[in-house]
Amino acid sequence: MKWFDYECPRTVEAAVGLLSAPGRKVRALAGGTDLLVQLRAGRREADLVVDIKEIGELNELRLDSSGLTIGAAVPCYRIYNDPAICRAYPGLIDAVSLIGGTQIQGRASLGGNLANAAPSADAVPILIALGAQCLIAGPGGPRSLPVEDFCVAPGRNALAPGELLVSIHLAPPLPGSGAAYLRFIPRNEMDIAVVGAGASVVLKGNVFAAARIALASVAPVPLFVADAGDSLIGKPVDEASINAAAEIARAAAKPITDMRGTAEYRRHLCGVMTRRAIARAIARGKETN
Amino acid sequence: MSAKAYSVIGTRPIRHDGADKVTGRALYGADFTAAGLLHGAIVRSPHAHARIKSIDTTRALAFPGVKAVVTSADFPETAERMVDLGEGDTPLSYARGNVLAIDKVLYRGHAVAAVAAASPHVAEEAAALIDVVYERLPCVLTAPEAMLESAPQLHDGKSNLASQFQHVLGDAAKGFAEADVVVEREFNTATVHQGYIEPHNATALWNNDGRVHVWCSTQGSFVVRDCTALILDIPVSRVKVTPMEIGGGFGGKIPVYLEPVAALLSKKSGRPVKIVMTRKDCFEATGPTPGSFMRVKIGATKDGRITAAQAYLAFEAGAYPGAMVGPAGMTVFAPYDIPNAVVDGFDVVVNKPSTAAYRAPGAPNAAFATESVIDELAQKLGIDPIEFRLKNAAKEGTRRVDGPKFRRIGCVEVLEAMKNHPHYSAPLGGPNRGRGVAVGFWFNVGLQSSATLNVNADGTVNLVEGSTDIGGTRTSIAMQAAEVLGIPVADVNPSVADTDSVGFTAVTGGSRTTFATGWAAYEAAQDVVRQMKQRAAKLWEVEAAAVSFDSGVFTSGGRKLTFKELADQLPATGGPVVGSATVNPRGVGGSFAGNIVDVEVDPETGKTTILRFTAVQDVGKAIHPSYVEGQMQGGSVQGIGWALNEEYFMGADGTMMNSSFLDYRMPTALDLPMIDTCIVEVANPGHPFGVRGVGEANIVPPTPAIANAIERATGVRMTRLPMSPPTVMEALWSAGN
Ligand SMILES: Cc1cc2nc3c(=O)[nH]c(=O)nc-3n(C[C@H](O)[C@H](O)[C@H](O)COP(=O)(O)OP(=O)(O)OC[C@H]3O[C@@H](n4cnc5c(N)ncnc54)[C@H](O)[C@@H]3O)c2cc1C
Repeated sequence: MKWFDYECPRTVEAAVGLLSAPGRKVRALAGGTDLLVQLRAGRREADLVVDIKEIGELNELRLDSSGLTIGAAVPCYRIYNDPAICRAYPGLIDAVSLIGGTQIQGRASLGGNLANAAPSADAVPILIALGAQCLIAGPGGPRSLPVEDFCVAPGRNALAPGELLVSIHLAPPLPGSGAAYLRFIPRNEMDIAVVGAGASVVLKGNVFAAARIALASVAPVPLFVADAGDSLIGKPVDEASINAAAEIARAAAKPITDMRGTAEYRRHLCGVMTRRAIARAIARGKETN
Repeated sequence: MSAKAYSVIGTRPIRHDGADKVTGRALYGADFTAAGLLHGAIVRSPHAHARIKSIDTTRALAFPGVKAVVTSADFPETAERMVDLGEGDTPLSYARGNVLAIDKVLYRGHAVAAVAAASPHVAEEAAALIDVVYERLPCVLTAPEAMLESAPQLHDGKSNLASQFQHVLGDAAKGFAEADVVVEREFNTATVHQGYIEPHNATALWNNDGRVHVWCSTQGSFVVRDCTALILDIPVSRVKVTPMEIGGGFGGKIPVYLEPVAALLSKKSGRPVKIVMTRKDCFEATGPTPGSFMRVKIGATKDGRITAAQAYLAFEAGAYPGAMVGPAGMTVFAPYDIPNAVVDGFDVVVNKPSTAAYRAPGAPNAAFATESVIDELAQKLGIDPIEFRLKNAAKEGTRRVDGPKFRRIGCVEVLEAMKNHPHYSAPLGGPNRGRGVAVGFWFNVGLQSSATLNVNADGTVNLVEGSTDIGGTRTSIAMQAAEVLGIPVADVNPSVADTDSVGFTAVTGGSRTTFATGWAAYEAAQDVVRQMKQRAAKLWEVEAAAVSFDSGVFTSGGRKLTFKELADQLPATGGPVVGSATVNPRGVGGSFAGNIVDVEVDPETGKTTILRFTAVQDVGKAIHPSYVEGQMQGGSVQGIGWALNEEYFMGADGTMMNSSFLDYRMPTALDLPMIDTCIVEVANPGHPFGVRGVGEANIVPPTPAIANAIERATGVRMTRLPMSPPTVMEALWSAGN
């Protein structure tokens, strides 16, 4: 690993200033569970590392009538240790409690999971399914972006130079809503999703009022399969509807063959995991109906 | 069975190194430091097969902080000759070539050059400045492909088929003609790594007086001493090896990789040099176990008697000859009394890292094939799989296909224990579940060991031995001395000494340490007793023969002294008592192990979950039952890893795609059930306490036991390791599920 400079700003403005330093390779550091591994392995380089963990807004975790705001640097454990958040967003809890292991969850943030832009990132499909928004600060001022538009290529996100992801916002859960994230890995922990499926549904009686589905590890970026969710709207909550949505997800997947599985196997798993994730989301939706 | 009553043997005392390990004070190789220490980095080949056209070290040498650079040109000029590195004769150029490539690189990660610098980061940066020009060559990655005429040749002028053998017993053709049912199948197993948690490391100081001191993590300090001396062409007496604590080896920490390189860098820089591998280095450039292609055919009569067996075993040696196909040939049919058999073995070089030992090397591959075929035969004959094995089980006097006749062994007792275990008759309790069984054998080794006991005035004893302690052997060796001396094991203080301070001791490997070094400690204790009897005789003014010793008490007539009381009298009766012994034992007792495994296979994903796992093993005599159980559980876990997910996932260009613990999937605690153990004790008549080695046989049966369980759960027979979810899913699809 090469030497790099380290800064630890206290404000968003200061961080944006450092991240905009011309001519330098600058990287934001949240938990470091992606960044430090990549720097050590020589997969990324940095002249300056900007630690963002001391900035107030990035550590905010607030649940109120406007929904849930998660500061970009908030580690996973804080999210699943909050009983009110667990009750309101069980699908999100599926994801934050399976990233890495206990030690990793003490550091790993949703901001880092998103900004790292891995196709396999476990928090992203459920954030897409839940319709989350990214709040961004930068030299040109603040802006917001739906999560499904945040990752643009493997390892590349939509942030312009100098921009910083400040927080992620989720709308309050509606009555009859339920969500779930499931991933398939050959082991039971410490693994990268071969396929991940996030699903959220809103039930009105025995009918789907809304649904969103997204997949991990089957395309260059986390894949929002709008058609799969849309296909459920107005349909009865039954096996035929679920299977049809799962089939749309399976068909939309564009996986590659690699050491984690063949394309054919992954496509097959997309159908299986989507079906199982929708079923679990429904079960949760029925509890809140 | 072992019935003798002991006071120390068979108990479960806490380990002597416990406090150091639990508090983190134990010093491992990477902890070593010294004044003026430099850090080394290795330049590794990016190609699986290439000719080295040139190496230019100018830019690296000019880099600030760099103190030395070495390549294979820095080896002394020595004529080619055959050398023995502990695993048979090999050309000196091969031994050296694996440490620093000579003319050609034969696998990706092959060491080409090395740099020593003031910090590891500087060394790493400078290593990237060494300019190596390669002429790339096509690579070959599997034994069957490497054996083709058209295959790229690794060693100029030499066939990729480095050697072959054939074992014949009886008349196989006649035997197969007598069979009512014959099953023949082909099997493939992947290259797998030992996965020890501590990466290889070595520090070397080439002192101004020409003596070389090495501190490292090794299973055999004397092997490191001898190999380093051979490779550097200096007398063994010039090399001193201090073994540091070791974080696992499983056979992979027998060869030398870094030690001679660190020594050469030290010679050039005049400073001690430390090199520590990364996990990627460990995967790419140390010795995994061979991948293999096997064909096994077995025939039996309607009433369940095996009449003949045949095996074709082609093993990937990696870059240099020496695949563990020999032991595979010795163990492939070992659990059975088979009148007619043929075994053909092939040692084939391929463009993968040079393979090394891994826990019962060769035997898990072979057992996967044999035990799968045995299971299928039992199914076809409609006989219970344990009954079928019992009908044909090897016993005392059974001749193995490779020649030796078994002495007293515990194959039948292991099978009986499996049959009688409550697990075998428990309900499976759900759909998509299956139960499999399998057995396996490892012969174990003897080899040389030394031990010294120094009696202290307070009645305790310092034990000095030379076996790296991987599985609690300080204690299991000390227990054997304590048993003889009639003192508590806490009164024996064991230490693992450097090569200047203890007699020659072979590797901690081959399940030999508790057996052989334990025996040396037993003999050294006998020596102490003999000398102490003389001291008592002197005090009591009687003949030494008139002194008896039992349970730690010396007596003669009505007089009596405890070991402790007599120890206090040593200065007055002639000075210190030092007992010592060396052994090179012959009475090695092989060990049989068996598993009962329940699995559940998800029919939609192909993922196998191990629900219940019982490990049974004949251990001869369990000196420390907790450590024996630990070995049985550890071998089982590694076997489960081989079975379900572990593999070198190779790109067509010979790059290992998954050289990290994230993607090289060893089982984690969440992937395993409690591994239930069942110790069987059929005393080994060749050891004073009946010990058989217990470290290895336990890794042999898991892969076929799991394959057999998957077959019972799904109806599909898996013939390829690992049986990972995609592989099982594809097999289910092929079977029309
Ligand atoms: C052992 C281990 C297991 C893992 N298991 C999983 C797993 O199961 N599932 C999974 O999805 N991931 C896993 N990961 C990856 C990693 O832990 C997650 O992606 C984690 O969420 C990253 O968060 P972080 O805070 O550590 O990010 P960091 O490493 O700090 O940052 C990641 C990247 O995002 C950038 N970045 C961070 N914050 C911001 C910001 N606010 N604005 C702009 N850019 C930013 C950084 O510059 C960097 O490029 C694992 C990692 C390890 C080491």
